Amino acid sequence: MTRSVGLVTAQKAVFDTPITLSSGATLPRYELVYETYGTLNADKSNAILICHALSGNHHVAGRYTESDKVAGWWDNMIGPGKPIDTDRFFVIGLNNLGGCHGSTGPSSIDPETGKPYGSTFPLVLVRDWVETQARLADLLGIHQFAAIIGGSLGGMQALRWTISHPKRVRHALVIASAPKLTAQNIAFNDVARQAILTDPDFYGGDFYQHDTLPRRGLRLARMLGHITYLSDDGMGEKFGRLLRSGEYKYGFDVEFEIESYLRYQGDKFSDYFDANTYLLMTKALDYFDPARHYDGDLVKALAEVEAKFLVVSFTSDWRFSPARSREIVKALLDAKKQVSYAEIDSKHGHDAFLMEDEPYHAIMRAYLNNIAREVHA
Amino acid sequence: MNATTLRPDLRHIADWITPGASVLDLGCGDGALLAWLAANKDCRGYGVEIDVASVTACVERGVNVIQSDMEAGLSTFEDKAFNFVVLSLTLQAMHNIEGILTEMLRVGRTGIVTFPNFGYWENRWQLLLGRMPVSETIPYEWYNTPNIHLCTVYDFERLLKKLGMWSTGRVVLHQGERVEFLPNLLGSLALERFERA
Repeated sequence: MTRSVGLVTAQKAVFDTPITLSSGATLPRYELVYETYGTLNADKSNAILICHALSGNHHVAGRYTESDKVAGWWDNMIGPGKPIDTDRFFVIGLNNLGGCHGSTGPSSIDPETGKPYGSTFPLVLVRDWVETQARLADLLGIHQFAAIIGGSLGGMQALRWTISHPKRVRHALVIASAPKLTAQNIAFNDVARQAILTDPDFYGGDFYQHDTLPRRGLRLARMLGHITYLSDDGMGEKFGRLLRSGEYKYGFDVEFEIESYLRYQGDKFSDYFDANTYLLMTKALDYFDPARHYDGDLVKALAEVEAKFLVVSFTSDWRFSPARSREIVKALLDAKKQVSYAEIDSKHGHDAFLMEDEPYHAIMRAYLNNIAREVHA
Repeated sequence: MNATTLRPDLRHIADWITPGASVLDLGCGDGALLAWLAANKDCRGYGVEIDVASVTACVERGVNVIQSDMEAGLSTFEDKAFNFVVLSLTLQAMHNIEGILTEMLRVGRTGIVTFPNFGYWENRWQLLLGRMPVSETIPYEWYNTPNIHLCTVYDFERLLKKLGMWSTGRVVLHQGERVEFLPNLLGSLALERFERA
C-alpha cells in the first residue's frame, strides 16, 4: 500500500488544430500538460483517464523529486498495488484547458498579443474539456479508455464522456458528483466569484499587466470553498471551539483554530492558483447540465451511453450530497444502463473523495479489479 | 459456479426464476443468487444492500448493486422494471411489511420472499413450555433479535390476500429439504411466490 509510482515527469502536448468551444469562441492553438503512470499494453486497452476537480491538476500521483514533501493529489488511490493499480493500468492525469498548472489558460501568453490572455480567455465548459481530452487520447493512440474516473467536477467530466463518446469509455467512475448543480451550489460559487471580481487588484482579469494578484479575493473564495468541502461534524471534531491562545482576546485577529486553518488555506491557495482559472472552473461547474439539450431529461441524455458505471457518494458530503449521486443512479437505471452505487459512511464531507478510507478504497479496488480482468490488464 | 454451490433456499428461488428474466434482489448479501442467475440462467439484475461490505462483495462478483435502505422504499426503481423481485430472509426484520410488499409488486411482476416459519413445531413447542422460541431459522434471544415481524405460512398468505395479492407458489423447507406434509407445522423456512391478483 505504501508503494508509489515514484518519480514522475510532466509532459506537454501541443494542439495546432483549432477548437471551437461551446461559447462559440475559438482557440487556434493550445497546449495540455499531462502525466502518465504505468505502461500502455499492446492493444492499448488498459488506459485510465483521471479528470481533476476545481483546483486539481495533472500531478495526480508520485513526486517530481526525492525531496518533494507532497505527492500528487490522488497518490493514496493511484500507484502499484493501490486501488487504481499502475502495475496493471496506464493512468493519465492532465491539467484541463483553462487551468493554471501548465495547460493553456488565462495566465498563458496569447501568441497573438504576446501578453497573458487574462480577460480575453474564453470560458470553457465540461464538454469542451472532454473534447480536448479526446484529442489527447488520439495523440496517445488510445481509442477506448478502460475507465474514466473523477471526483466532484471530475465526475462530471467522466459522465459527460459517456454521453459525448459512448464508444470510447468502458467504465465511468463518478465520485462525489452531481448531474448538475443546485441553486445553493451555484450561489456558493457566485459568492466566491464576487470575492475575486470585486478585488481591486483583479483589474477585470488583467492583473498580470499590473504586477499584482487579486489575493484577497482568491483567499476569500478558497476559505468559503473549504467550509463547504468539510462537514459540520468533521469540522467540529477537528477544530471545535479551540482557541489558539486559550483565551478570548476581544478583537478580530485569529483566535479560533478554525479561523487559523481557513486563513492558512486561503493564503496558500492565493499564492499559487490563478484567479481567472478559479472563475472559469466555477463557471464550468455552474453550466454543467448534460440533460439541457435533451429537454432537461437526463434519462434521454444517457440513451446512447455504453459505459458501465460505479457511482460513489459520502454520507456527510453536503456540497455534492448522496441525493445528487442517487439522481445519476436513478437516471442510469431508468435508461437501462449498468450501474453500481455505494454510499460511503464518512465524516469528511466533500473532501472524503480524496481521503484514504478502507471501505471506499475497497470498493474502488474491487471494481477496478474487474475492469483489469475485462481488458486483460 | 453451479447449482450445488447455492444455499438450498436460494436454489429453490433460482428454480422459480425464468431464464433471461430481470431480477431485483433486495438485501442481496454478497450477490450469490444474482451471480448464479447471471451465469446459469442468463438473467440480468440488480442487488440492493445497506451494508457496504456486502456492496463491495457484490462488486467483486461483478453483480450490479445499489447501496440503499429498503425501509425508505424502492423509489430508485421504475414501475415494472423487473420480472422478479426477491426478498430473502429479510422480511421479518423490516418495519413496514405492507409497504415493502406493495413496492415489490410495483417495481416487479412477481415477488418472491423467504422467511422463517413461526408455525414450525419447535417454535410452537417452546412457546407451549413458556419460552420465546430459539431455533435454527430464528437463532436469536428475545432481547437481541432483529426479527420484529415473525409470521407463519398461513399468516403470510392472509396478508397477501389483504393486499390484493395471491400466492402462485409455496415451498416450505426444513434443513434444506422440502416439506410436503403439514408444511406449516414441519417446515422451518418458507418460500412464497406471489403476484397481483
